[in-house]
Amino acid sequence: MLIKVKNPADVTENDVTDAQLFAQRRSFIRASGQIALGTALGTLFTPSIVDARGQPLKAKKNTRFNTSETLSSYQDVTSYNNFYEFGTAKEDPAINARHFKAQPWTVKVDGAVNKPGNYAFEDIINLNQLEERIYRFRCVEAWSMVVPWVGVSLASFINQFQPSSKAKYVEFTTLYDPKRMPGQNRAVLNWPYVEGLRMDEAMHPLSMMVVGLYGEVLPNQNGAPLRLMVPWKYGFKNIKSIVRIRFSEHQPKNTWQIAGPKEYGFYANVNPQVDHPRWSQKRERRLGEFLKRETLMFNGYADEVASLYQGMDLRKNF
Amino acid sequence: MRNIVYWKLLLFALSLLPAVALVWMALQNQLGANPVEKLIHETGEWGLRFLLLTLAITPLRKKFSWNVLLKFRRMLGLFAFFYAFTHFAIYLSLEHFFDWQEILKDIAKRPYVTVGFVGIVILTVLAITSFNGIRRRLGKRWVVLHRSVYVAASCAVFHYLWLVKADILEPVIYAVIWLVLLAVRRQAKPTQQQSTLQARSQQV
Ligand code: HEM
Repeated sequence: MLIKVKNPADVTENDVTDAQLFAQRRSFIRASGQIALGTALGTLFTPSIVDARGQPLKAKKNTRFNTSETLSSYQDVTSYNNFYEFGTAKEDPAINARHFKAQPWTVKVDGAVNKPGNYAFEDIINLNQLEERIYRFRCVEAWSMVVPWVGVSLASFINQFQPSSKAKYVEFTTLYDPKRMPGQNRAVLNWPYVEGLRMDEAMHPLSMMVVGLYGEVLPNQNGAPLRLMVPWKYGFKNIKSIVRIRFSEHQPKNTWQIAGPKEYGFYANVNPQVDHPRWSQKRERRLGEFLKRETLMFNGYADEVASLYQGMDLRKNF
Repeated sequence: MRNIVYWKLLLFALSLLPAVALVWMALQNQLGANPVEKLIHETGEWGLRFLLLTLAITPLRKKFSWNVLLKFRRMLGLFAFFYAFTHFAIYLSLEHFFDWQEILKDIAKRPYVTVGFVGIVILTVLAITSFNGIRRRLGKRWVVLHRSVYVAASCAVFHYLWLVKADILEPVIYAVIWLVLLAVRRQAKPTQQQSTLQARSQQV
């Protein structure tokens, strides 16, 4: 063979940094794709990425917004979630996303932006500048968790594309590939999944573009390789496996709003006073806890984000 | 079918199996990240399954003249009640911690909870009146009363249809089974009439 690739187990602490290893592995897999034996090699070496326990990532701890609440277990975070592209039951994504290959990955950037184009994952995510933040996550279904996410601030991520003054909203799209995402074979939702943010929401320091959790590469079932994390909104806003980012003047229609306009809005801010038509949003069940806890306004981030919605009727703009 | 008692015991054991499995999983911490949700979903589904199974007895008996099936109907019906009531009890306790104000609001405000509640009220009445003594005392009225099991099943089917977020495949499967059972029942009536008509015309 032309290239000798070490097993992750062979790598010692002072050998290379984790982030470098991660990048090397990426480029190795890309290179191998270009030679005839690409597929065979791919299957030989990708398991380390496909594994439930991903590659380690180097990340600085950014404690500015951290919650001191107990972390939800890695097991719970990676085995119980909604990702309809891999099935509609909570256990489905962990099972059906096992063999999903999240690399190589390309993101198309277009619309009201000065630097549109098709970007490779490693060209838009600097693995040496990752940070870890511990956020509360509140699903619209009234369960919640606390997760140490790894990623970059969404503002810095977006700024590299230089959105123009016409950019009032940013729209994200999930990969559409029913062969790789078997849940898309059924028209449960209007595929591909689309989400959007107002520009000021996207540029808020709390918003993140996530590539990992618990110090590791994002597991497939949690939206590898690239997902949103906007912690004051319901979970479904945090679109996963993003392949397209479009900047526009008009408010995009997000997938759940199309599915149920009376039940899911564009803003979807966590709000204990505005019930979902079919269940109360007053309380939530934290994974791993027996008793329910009170849901907090803006999921506990009111001090940071309430000003974004001053003067808006949050009952109408649910 | 002399040893009907053994068959009944076997059916009893089989019917209890899902409950035993759930308790065992709970003790082993095998119910996943959200055990209460898991319990509500599993008990609800088993309630619905037993309800439909109970309704299937009469058409099967007629179709294949398996009169012996009738001997199992009450047990299946009581298991439907058992699972549905456990489901309801979990909703009251682990889901709402007996916050009655919240519970009443939920029942009044949300159609899927309202129909579920109507369903469990009916099943409770039917379970209480299922014993021989009461049955004898109610006479003909018992038959009319227990026909409302069809209403309870309708409630359960709509309960499920109305509660899912987007993926209606499973509740639709149950709804189709329910419709088939209703259709079979409607079919059964005209044929009865026909046969009496035939019998009459032959007499003339
Ligand atoms: C005839 C009696 C009933 C039957 C057969 C029944 C059946 C079901 C079924 C099949 C499900 C869906 C399970 C799944 O998603 O896998 C369900 C869910 C549920 N039921 Fe019932 N149910 C009954 C009565 C009730 C009552 C009386 C209540 C409360 C007042 C109730 C509250 C709920 C709740 C809260 C859920 C979960 C909803 C969710 O997760 O979004 N049910 N039930």
